Amino acid sequence: MTDLNKLGLAEARDLLRKGETTSVALTEACLAAIDSAGALNAFVHKTPEIALERARAADARIAAGDAPAMCGLPIGIKDLFCTKGVESQAASNILKGFKPEYESTVSQKLQDAGAVMLGKLNMDEFAMGSSNETSAYGAAISPWRRGNEETPLTPGGSSGGSAAAVAADLCLAATGTDTGGSIRQPAAFTGTVGIKPTYGRCSRWGIVAFASSLDQAGPMTKNVRDAAIMLEAMCGHDAKDSTSADLAVPNFEAMLTGDIKGKKIGIPREYRMEGMPAEIAKLWDEGAAMLKGAGAEIVDISLPHTKYALPAYYVIAPAEASSNLARYDGVRYGHRASLAQGDGITEMYEKTRAEGFGHEVQRRVMVGTYVLSAGFYDAYYNRARRVRTLIKQDFEQAFAAGVDAILTPATPSAAFGLGEMTDEDPVKMYLNDVFTVTVNLAGLPGISVPTGVDSQGLPLGLQLIGRPWEEGDLLNTAYALEQAAGFVAKPARWW
Amino acid sequence: MSIDQSTAAKVAKLARIKVEEDALPALAEEFNTILGFIEQLNEVDVEGVEPMTSVTPQRLKRRADEVTDGNQQAKVLANAPDAREGFFAVPKVVE
Repeated sequence: MTDLNKLGLAEARDLLRKGETTSVALTEACLAAIDSAGALNAFVHKTPEIALERARAADARIAAGDAPAMCGLPIGIKDLFCTKGVESQAASNILKGFKPEYESTVSQKLQDAGAVMLGKLNMDEFAMGSSNETSAYGAAISPWRRGNEETPLTPGGSSGGSAAAVAADLCLAATGTDTGGSIRQPAAFTGTVGIKPTYGRCSRWGIVAFASSLDQAGPMTKNVRDAAIMLEAMCGHDAKDSTSADLAVPNFEAMLTGDIKGKKIGIPREYRMEGMPAEIAKLWDEGAAMLKGAGAEIVDISLPHTKYALPAYYVIAPAEASSNLARYDGVRYGHRASLAQGDGITEMYEKTRAEGFGHEVQRRVMVGTYVLSAGFYDAYYNRARRVRTLIKQDFEQAFAAGVDAILTPATPSAAFGLGEMTDEDPVKMYLNDVFTVTVNLAGLPGISVPTGVDSQGLPLGLQLIGRPWEEGDLLNTAYALEQAAGFVAKPARWW
Repeated sequence: MSIDQSTAAKVAKLARIKVEEDALPALAEEFNTILGFIEQLNEVDVEGVEPMTSVTPQRLKRRADEVTDGNQQAKVLANAPDAREGFFAVPKVVE
């Protein structure tokens, strides 16, 4: 069988169990695809030796009749996850050369479930960005192009390398992380599926921290079934993360019946923003019609504080980042600046951080420092935390009124060209997360599903938002939407 | 609230990030753009609203107060830019 790298997780799993292929064959196909896709800059650290060793071990387990959920399935890991003995630098120069002595809980769980790590994936520096352009490795490039144009497009961010790699079939699936939309926006830009689970579902231990009250890991996959399989392998309580939830993890795949009859789907009127492109509005209306056609009831709802989500996010996330990133001091790991005669420890900190952090990271650390500083803490940080309470209450009221899931666009546009946003002020780039950031502030699960293409042939996605801890029900609604949309477009290979 | 160059310099100092003198005007301008965006929060009536501390209502778990980890000096120091004799080495701190 050829093109094994083009398979999804479920398909490959079923072939492995039937003995019709091997993990080594799957892994070799992916490694060859990765080697011929340097132009995408998706994999930034390749680990072929680890991959083949784990693939051989997986084949032995399958032969012995012991095949856990992800056994033998080759995946990519976002560079934000610490992986033992393998570079993990959060796409930052300040962590250049950092090889953790430990493995993140999520990547360990995937490994325990038999998954095969192919390497580390590109991303925005410290996951701060929406285009993958803040990466110290240079931008990842989307496999998609506008019509016959050759303009390089962004795969989105911050999990841009993960999205590009999955869309280009360099791996069967990948891990991502999402603080304000970093799984769902790149998934929408690349025609892939990405789910951010409820805050606390996945352990954050060993994932380089950006904004701890918002960060969650999740899978990026080729379809909803694969997202269910991989999410289940990633979740679960972990004593090493005090915010990880001690709740049983259901069998998400078993919940994919496609039956959503009688489900109530909310359409939040505040998301129909002024200046919304007609293509996005149409996609959204069509999505609602598809869910209705599958038997769901569509209801108009109000989430009145939506407009304040992004400004609240741009206080809370930088504040937490300024605290989390204080650890990069040139003492314990990563880069240390070379010092001039007479430089003391303060100069060491200042020069190290100026050299090691990129521009966007510096800007956010300083904004965070400002909003937490004496005299401004109440006016900015505490006010933003109060607004966050109100945003969460908006969702609670919708769910209390019987809404099962909320349907919104995933992004305000299709993927843009690399560099097209660089000349704009930073706030323009931040607007990419306008539909996704509310979900992080409220701690809810959200999933992006590809449902159409724009006039230039680029993929567009819709987002479904679920009740806390009900990822299974959310995945099932997403599955029904996926079935109805029948999205099958793939990027034509140019790389 | 408008940020001037001296405030920008103070914030950079607090964040321990060296910013050259000639980069301060542009930095102050960027801060003002972002803070201008954040100012919208002043439109919201937050009277009597509690600031969020935990997005999911949960009690933090407790564990027995006992040593569960340790004795990994070599691993702890393995990634240090400058480690000597079992310690992290830094420039002279005390005169």
